Amino acid sequence: MLSYLIRRLLGIIPLLLGITIISFAIIHLAPGKPTQIEQAFNPKVSQEVRLRLEKLYGLDKPLHIQYINWLVKLGKFDFGRSFIDERPVAEKILERIPITLTINIFSLILVLLIAIPLGVKTAVKAGSAFDHALTILVFLLFAAPTFWLALLLMQLLSIQLGWLPISGLKSLDFEYFSFGKKILDLAHHLFLPILVSTLGGFAGLTRYIRSNMIDALKQPYIYTARAKGLSQEKVIYKHALRNAILPVVTIIGLSIPGLLGGSVIFESIFAIPGIGRLFYEAVMSRDYPLIMAEVVLGGVLTMLGNLIADIAYGYVDPRIKYKR
Amino acid sequence: MKNTYLITGIAIISILSVIALLAPWISPYDPAMIAQDSLLIPPSAKHWMGTDSLGRDLLSRIIYGCRISLIIGVIAVGIAVFLGVILGSLSGFYGRFMDTLIMRFADIMLCFPTFFLILAVVAFLEPSIINIMVIIGLTSWMGPARLIRSEILSLKEREFIQAEKAIGASSARIIMRHLIPNAIGPVLVNATLGIAGAILLETGLSFLGLGVQPPIPSWGNILIEAKSTLGIAWWITVFPGLAILVTILGFNFIAEGLKKIIG
Repeated sequence: MLSYLIRRLLGIIPLLLGITIISFAIIHLAPGKPTQIEQAFNPKVSQEVRLRLEKLYGLDKPLHIQYINWLVKLGKFDFGRSFIDERPVAEKILERIPITLTINIFSLILVLLIAIPLGVKTAVKAGSAFDHALTILVFLLFAAPTFWLALLLMQLLSIQLGWLPISGLKSLDFEYFSFGKKILDLAHHLFLPILVSTLGGFAGLTRYIRSNMIDALKQPYIYTARAKGLSQEKVIYKHALRNAILPVVTIIGLSIPGLLGGSVIFESIFAIPGIGRLFYEAVMSRDYPLIMAEVVLGGVLTMLGNLIADIAYGYVDPRIKYKR
Repeated sequence: MKNTYLITGIAIISILSVIALLAPWISPYDPAMIAQDSLLIPPSAKHWMGTDSLGRDLLSRIIYGCRISLIIGVIAVGIAVFLGVILGSLSGFYGRFMDTLIMRFADIMLCFPTFFLILAVVAFLEPSIINIMVIIGLTSWMGPARLIRSEILSLKEREFIQAEKAIGASSARIIMRHLIPNAIGPVLVNATLGIAGAILLETGLSFLGLGVQPPIPSWGNILIEAKSTLGIAWWITVFPGLAILVTILGFNFIAEGLKKIIG
C-alpha cells in the first residue's frame, strides 16, 4: 500500500508538468504576443500594465526560459494580478471557492440521498413499471441541458409561482438581517441552483447504481445469503448494496471536471459569484492571468480528484490489492 | 430481437437530418428576417413557435439551428474519432515507448475540464463555427483512443493477426485491414454519445455568447434571449430547449441500441 501511494504521488509530477505545458501552450496559441492581444481586446490596458505583463511572463526571453520562470512563479502560488482590478489572482480565486464548494457539496449529498435508494429500488424491481418510468426520466434528464432546466425552473418557481428569487446570492437588504435571517436568505437563494445541480447529477448515478446492483444481485454470495434464510432487506442492503456502492467513491472523484465545467454556465445563469462565474468573467474580459490560473487550477483539481478516487477505492474495497 | 432504442433513435435523427438538409425549403420564413410589426408574438397559425424580440420567426430559426448543431456535432466527433483511432492504434499496436508517450499525453489531456479548456482557447481565438468544431475535436479524442487501444491490445494476440504477421503482411496493412475494423465497435457507441456531448457543449458555449455568433441562429444562442424574456415569452425558452432535448435523446437512444448489439 505504502509503495503504491509513493508511486502514485511520484506519478503526479509528469502530469503536473503536462498540465502546465498545455496551459502555457494556450497562452502562446494566439498569434502575436499575448500582451498585444490583450491590448487589442481590452483597450483599458495601459502601457504600464502591458510592460508589467511582459515582465511577469518574461516575454522577451526564449520560450523554454519563459516556461520555467512561469513554473517557478506557479510554485510560489504567484499567479500575477488581474487586469480588471489589479488584485492578485490567487486572492480573487480563493474568495470565490467557498460558494462553489457549498453548492456542490449540498447537491452531492442530495444526489447520493436520492440516487442510492432509487438505484437499489429499480434494480430490485428491474422490468417493473416503476423501473421503466425512471429509465425514461433518466434519459430525459441526460438529454436536457442544465441551463435549460435552470431556465424552466426559474420560469416556474420564481416567476409563475413567485416562491424563489431568480438569481443572485443575497437580498438587497442582506446586511441588515439578523444572523438567522441571513442563513435563511442564503438558503432561499441557493435552493434553485442546488436543485438544478442535483437534477443534473442524480440521473447518471441512479443508472450506475442500478446496473451495479443488478450485477451484484446475480453473484453467488447473494444465493448463499438467500439460502441461509436472510430477509430480503438484509440481502439487499447488507450484502448486495455494499458491493454495488463501492465504485461510487470513484465516480465522485471523477465527476470533478464535469462539476467545474458545469459551474461556469450554472453560476452565470444564477449570478452566483463562484469560481465558474469568475472564469466566465475572465474569459469575457480577456483577463489573461486569471484565465491561465483557472485553467491550471482546473487541471490540478481534476488530477487530484482522480488520485483520491483511486486511493479511496482501494481503501474501501479490501479485494483490491496494490501490487507492483 | 427488437431493438426499440436503436429504431427510435435512428428515426429521430433521420427526421432531424432531413429537416437540416431541407432547411431553406421547409422553413416558413427567412430566419434572419426582422419584422418590427411582429415582436414577441406567441405561437399562432402564422408563427407556429412564435417570434423573438426582433420579430424573427422562431420555428425558422430552430430549423436552421438544427443544421448548425448537427454539423458541429458530427464534424467535431469526426475529428475526435479520426485522431483517436490513429493515436489509439499506434499506441496499441507498437506498444512500448509509443504507447507510453501517447497514453501519458491522453492522461494529461483528460486532466482538464473540457469546458474550461475550450473556454480558455475561445478567449484567445475568435469564436466561430470552425473553431468550435476543431477545439471540441482536439479536446475529445482521448476516449476513442483509449477504446481502440484496449481492443487492439487484445486482438493483437489473436490467431488471425498472428497468421497475418506470419505471411509477412505489413504493419500498416494489419492495422488498417484487420485491427481497426475489428476494434471499431465500442468506438461507434462512444462516438454516438460524443455527438450528443458535442452538441450540448456547443449549445452551452453559444448560450454564454462564446459559441456560434449571431446572426447565425443556433439553439444555444436563441436561448440567450430566453433569460431576458423570462416570464414574458415562454416559447423562446421552451422550443429551442425541446429541440436540444429531442436531438440528444435521439443520439443517446442510438448509442443505447448499439450497445445492445455490440454487447
